[in-house]
Amino acid sequence: MIASDFTTVLPEVLLSLYAMLALVVFVYTGKDRHAVLSIWLTSGVFLLLALVLAMGTPTGTAAFDGMFMDDSFARFCKIVILLSAALILVMGQDYAAKHDMLKFEYPLLVALSVVGMMVMVSAGSLLTLYMGLELQSLALYVIAAFRRDSARSTEAGLKYFVLGALSSGLLLYGTSLVYGFAGTVEFSGIMAATSDGDISIGLLLGLVFVIAGMGFKVSAAPFHMWAPDVYEGAPTPVTAFFATAPKMAAMGLFARVVHDAFGGVTADWQQIVAVLSVFSMFLGAVAAIGQKDIKRLMAYSSIAHMGFALMGLTAGTVFGVQAMLIYMAIYISMNIGMFALILSMERDGRPVSDIASLSMLSKYQPLRALCVVFIMFSMAGVPPMVGFFGKFYVLRAAYEAGLAWLAIAGVVASVIGAYYYIRIVYFMYFGADSEPLDTQTPRRLTLILVVSTALITVGAAFSLFGIEPLAQLAAESLAN
Amino acid sequence: MSNLLSLITFIPLVAAIILALLARGDGEASQNNVKYLALAATGFTFLASLMLLSGFEPNDTSFQFVEERSWLLGMQYKMGVDGISLLFVLLTTFTMPLVVAASWNVTHRLKEYMIAFLVLESLMIGVFCALDLVLFYMFFEACLIPMFLIIGIWGGKERIYASFKFFLYTFLGSVLMLVAMVAMFADAGTTDMVVLLSHNFGSETLSVAGFHIIGGAQTLMWLAFFASFAVKMPMWPVHTWLPDAHVQAPTAGSVVLAAILLKMGGYGFLRFSLPMFPVASDFLAPLVFWMSAIAIVYTSLVALAQQDMKKLIAYSSVAHMGYVTMGIFAANQQGIDGAIFQMLSHGFISGALFLCVGVIYDRMHTRDIDAYGGLVNRMPSYALIFMFFTMANVGLPGTSGFVGEFLTLMGIFQVNTWVALFATSGVILSAGYALWLYRRVVLGDLIKESLKSITDMAPREKMIFAPLVAMTLILGVYPALILDIIGPSVAALVETYHSNVAAHGIVSSAASTASH
Repeated sequence: MIASDFTTVLPEVLLSLYAMLALVVFVYTGKDRHAVLSIWLTSGVFLLLALVLAMGTPTGTAAFDGMFMDDSFARFCKIVILLSAALILVMGQDYAAKHDMLKFEYPLLVALSVVGMMVMVSAGSLLTLYMGLELQSLALYVIAAFRRDSARSTEAGLKYFVLGALSSGLLLYGTSLVYGFAGTVEFSGIMAATSDGDISIGLLLGLVFVIAGMGFKVSAAPFHMWAPDVYEGAPTPVTAFFATAPKMAAMGLFARVVHDAFGGVTADWQQIVAVLSVFSMFLGAVAAIGQKDIKRLMAYSSIAHMGFALMGLTAGTVFGVQAMLIYMAIYISMNIGMFALILSMERDGRPVSDIASLSMLSKYQPLRALCVVFIMFSMAGVPPMVGFFGKFYVLRAAYEAGLAWLAIAGVVASVIGAYYYIRIVYFMYFGADSEPLDTQTPRRLTLILVVSTALITVGAAFSLFGIEPLAQLAAESLAN
Repeated sequence: MSNLLSLITFIPLVAAIILALLARGDGEASQNNVKYLALAATGFTFLASLMLLSGFEPNDTSFQFVEERSWLLGMQYKMGVDGISLLFVLLTTFTMPLVVAASWNVTHRLKEYMIAFLVLESLMIGVFCALDLVLFYMFFEACLIPMFLIIGIWGGKERIYASFKFFLYTFLGSVLMLVAMVAMFADAGTTDMVVLLSHNFGSETLSVAGFHIIGGAQTLMWLAFFASFAVKMPMWPVHTWLPDAHVQAPTAGSVVLAAILLKMGGYGFLRFSLPMFPVASDFLAPLVFWMSAIAIVYTSLVALAQQDMKKLIAYSSVAHMGYVTMGIFAANQQGIDGAIFQMLSHGFISGALFLCVGVIYDRMHTRDIDAYGGLVNRMPSYALIFMFFTMANVGLPGTSGFVGEFLTLMGIFQVNTWVALFATSGVILSAGYALWLYRRVVLGDLIKESLKSITDMAPREKMIFAPLVAMTLILGVYPALILDIIGPSVAALVETYHSNVAAHGIVSSAASTASH
């Protein structure tokens, strides 16, 4: 039934139509004079779609002969992606206005990449997956290099493109191997081919390549090299976007492939993912210690966090997926708060990103400094902030799957990581006096910072705002 | 009043939020408002906790004032106290008003200072009341945040090093405990501590990576908890963060650290290690005994060599905590009674000693022992109070210090005579360093020019010491005040411990295997 298939993909279709239509309309009307309108309109569309997805019940059907899934898992990921993308767009507006980035194409490119992400988390076959991934990546390459006049931004874009293309190549090669040995690229078909718990060597090779490709996208060590450079070089609003929605999409994709397609051979991919997880946690923790640039630091921090999220996935259980989803939602809310601070770090109207410039922030901006303290302790995983609960979920998932060593490695890495988080607190509260940052910060950013901090801090008292059963529903809908 | 425990726990937090939202300005009037609000909040918390004491039924060894609400992941918000934890709650609420009063002259970021201490009080009370594993961990860990800031913002010259060391040391210990908690959760299917207390964790020998682990899962979990509590306590050889933290922390921070935060380790041993992992405790007790004995002798000797008064008292704290760990793992009525008594009495005595240092530090801005001498000539009442607490620290009969040391030594003597012998030598050594400190600082002629104009204690300072002197004396001559409350709970703990060890212990199971 073609008609019902199109109903299933309606949100994606609508969003792409909106992006293309808006592109045409803005080109013929005011161009960059409508940039602000473009931002708000796109955010509005994101919010609307998130609302539509949240209100409706997932059909549970696989449209287009199983190429596209609409289940609770896809919806959960999509809602997180849409909400974070909407927020990040609005957060970047002041920065864009100040630094000559106020172009109407920017939000529309973000919209296109969001379409790609939505397809990624809904993928029912390796080809759909690849289509979504490429749509997302192409849009991201462009926005990484969005400041054409800045050497670093173009460098970031190019680096991201070259390494991204490499990872796509790996993924595609893996896909072809899987197709050759399983005879299909559809997840259900691969599942059937491995249903006896056996995996042929060719299929295993394909799996390894696919996982390597996805490892690039989630920036898990040892496929993380692009992340610090791209985070540092890209304009800050773009960095903020990189750290949030695409990560959710890539983790969603990861979960889908290993559970929907290779769910029958858990033991075969479990060790690979476990290694990725341990490497990421330790590399993220150790490499961040020496960083002087806060955007680079956030890159390493996100690598470490991806390691923890992968720990949930490594468990290979429904609870593991649930833990991963909760971890990602928490990770994104912390990052939104943190980037609300980073976006406003300016001195004499120029953006700065060295950590030392935060020195004694508590003196002249006590409220914002206090918020960052809470966010930092949350990222370090200190209770009662929600970051602790994210870690608690994944630790439990890993332990129950018999991976106690992974849990122990994780907590040790988190102690190392705590060092650089509290180092930021040190700069803000006990550091030496230095030239202060501009205190005229956009009210919007302060508001977002305060609200996200409040949510992070009291989340535990409100049972994480009911995200637990939702994530459970989502995790259960994933075939296993 | 079914919510009494929550009320006591969260009054300081509410006061902190009020301060954060409403206190404005740096003028003297607003600073006074901040101080009086903090004092009122801590005072009111203390009064509320007295209601707890009056409503407590000592002969009922189950948890009392229990509150329970469901929470996420099948965990609960569950609070309650028994004979073991009740007095720690009271120690906290008793100490905090004194801490606020002792900080009356702080002017640097006063509002944030009081907020940090109020938040810390809430968290500390929460640690002693929590009856859910994860809730306990939350309070236990969250204490690091305000303490980290207190040392880092209001500390001395080396405060940054000290605060980082404090944070990372204790954090590393506690995350291992977290893994053990996850394991306990997975094993027992609940985080309710009341259920866990009667749950039998596996003690069959395990083989992990080629190592045979006697006591199995219990030993592993015991070690993970030990990592956390031994650092917190602190036990030799992981005590090195304490002298740094104490020296750099502001006076009030040192008082809280010594009087309350260290007790969390001992409380943890009593609440988790001993009752939940009896086989492992029994098996590993000799390790604890010898670590304690080394701690007592070694840190006492180190204390003798100190030039900094706070460092000396910090090392003496480590030594006194050695008696506590020894008493706890002696696992008999005298040992555990004595350990709890020693913790409470150490709370008063070491808190008072740090306040004594604070008194002269406020005047001279140095803690160097050589900078003082002959203070008795100009500060007679200070000399009297300092002497009183020095004697209590030494363990003079008639002060509470004596009762704790005597009971723990009596407890350990029944279990391991050699350890008792070494530990007792600590009593002599403590007399050595404490009296020598007193002689160098207070006695002799006042020859130093800088000390010629030093003033004796003001009425406010005397007021702070009065309750501490009273408690130390009263408990010294009438220890039953405490022992009657803790006795029944401790007796129940000892009884279940020994029956569990007998049922599942390594010695008995080995014997039964041999007979087959």
